[in-house]
Amino acid sequence: MAPPRNRRPGFSRRAQYGLFIGYVGAAAGALIGAVLLLLSTFNPPAFAAVRSVFAEVTTPVASGLDWVRRSLGSIPAGIGSYFAVHGENARLKKQIADDAIAVSRAQTLDQENRRLRALVKLRDVTTDAIVAARLVNSSSSSTRRFATLNAGSWQGVKRGQPVRDPTGLIGQVIETSPNSARVLLLVDPESIVPVRRSRDGLPAIASGRGDGLIDIRSASVASMGFRVGDAFVTSGTGGVFSPNIPVARVIRTQGDIAIAQPVANPDALDFALVQQTFLPEPTPTPSPSATASPQPAP
Amino acid sequence: MSGIEFIPMGHSEKPPRAVWLAPLTVVLGSLMTLLPVVAVVPFLPPFGLMVLLGWRMVRGDSMRVWVPVLLGFFDDMVSGQPLGSAMLLWTLCVLAIDVLDTRLVWRDFWQDWLIASGAIGFCLIAGRLIASPFGSHVDTALLLQLVTSAALFPLIYRLCAWFDSDVRKH
Repeated sequence: MAPPRNRRPGFSRRAQYGLFIGYVGAAAGALIGAVLLLLSTFNPPAFAAVRSVFAEVTTPVASGLDWVRRSLGSIPAGIGSYFAVHGENARLKKQIADDAIAVSRAQTLDQENRRLRALVKLRDVTTDAIVAARLVNSSSSSTRRFATLNAGSWQGVKRGQPVRDPTGLIGQVIETSPNSARVLLLVDPESIVPVRRSRDGLPAIASGRGDGLIDIRSASVASMGFRVGDAFVTSGTGGVFSPNIPVARVIRTQGDIAIAQPVANPDALDFALVQQTFLPEPTPTPSPSATASPQPAP
Repeated sequence: MSGIEFIPMGHSEKPPRAVWLAPLTVVLGSLMTLLPVVAVVPFLPPFGLMVLLGWRMVRGDSMRVWVPVLLGFFDDMVSGQPLGSAMLLWTLCVLAIDVLDTRLVWRDFWQDWLIASGAIGFCLIAGRLIASPFGSHVDTALLLQLVTSAALFPLIYRLCAWFDSDVRKH
């Protein structure tokens, strides 16, 4: 490559000053970047409002791309089912005949169950899903693990709400804008979820590792040791995640820490369900010092 | 027609399309994160940075030296990195390449590739140190991402040269 032509743009003072001011601007911009970086390191949600403006524009595009991906992905299955339809028809007819007995037995059990539940006045604790939406894209080039949900505050999504799919927990909403929300995935290095072992209720803490797996640390004094295959569900401690959502399964142990595989795969899911936070945030008690103490006169 | 373009006296040359195409392609490169994949490891090369470096290598005067600040701001908005990281790192890379220009005056593609790989590696590693806690296990994936990005850079370089093909080269 030839030497660049813009080093000394002729004898024009104007051009020379322009070049110099360009470098001043670049250095000042880098400095501003460093300041913003410090601010966003110490206060991560600081620029959520600015990000949400961009997210409002990009999320519809990502939703469209996501729709294209799903449509293309369903083509091979569609062709396969076209050719398999005769065999499937025969198999299903046979299955209906087999299932008739089981269905009648289930109906009896269902009636009996309903009668018994009415007797004990058992009320189901329902954690209602606020909205079912899709995770359309993610921060694929960054070491942080964020995903974008294509539903936002207009659909009732609020900051802090857990996101799950039918198989297990996916993450937590950390930023919302009118039509999109940012989800901190379970496997993010800064995600922490209180869990318990489903077998015996041993309390533990599940924190993301950043490589698609989860570290599980015991939260009780007596570290009883984890075993491969232990399943962990949310404990409800902290009041964000409602209890008994499957989180992870241990695949190997390293001393006191177990390394676990998350139950839900965020890339394979059809719909993500946004749930209410388990316990609502306590209303802030007004601090008496803020108003009661008058400023001392100088 | 012959290849010689007639420019009347007193008229300036038509500005090359790199003037508007270069920032646009960098923005499009940043928007590659809109790919509909919910990744659990960082796998996507930083295309915005790679296109920026490609333009910087192919045509050094396509962008003002402060433009990476604005492009970095946009990249921070869509990449998931904390705001300011690309603004700072991209500008540092471009300034460092400007300094290298005064030292390594005549250089060919291989040196360009080496410099760009160094810049990509610097941005990825510094970005990882800024964004993720020190103990997180992202380094293997980061190394793979770095190697992929360095291997893909010649493609981006060719792409930028092709975008720039409206200008006669001497």
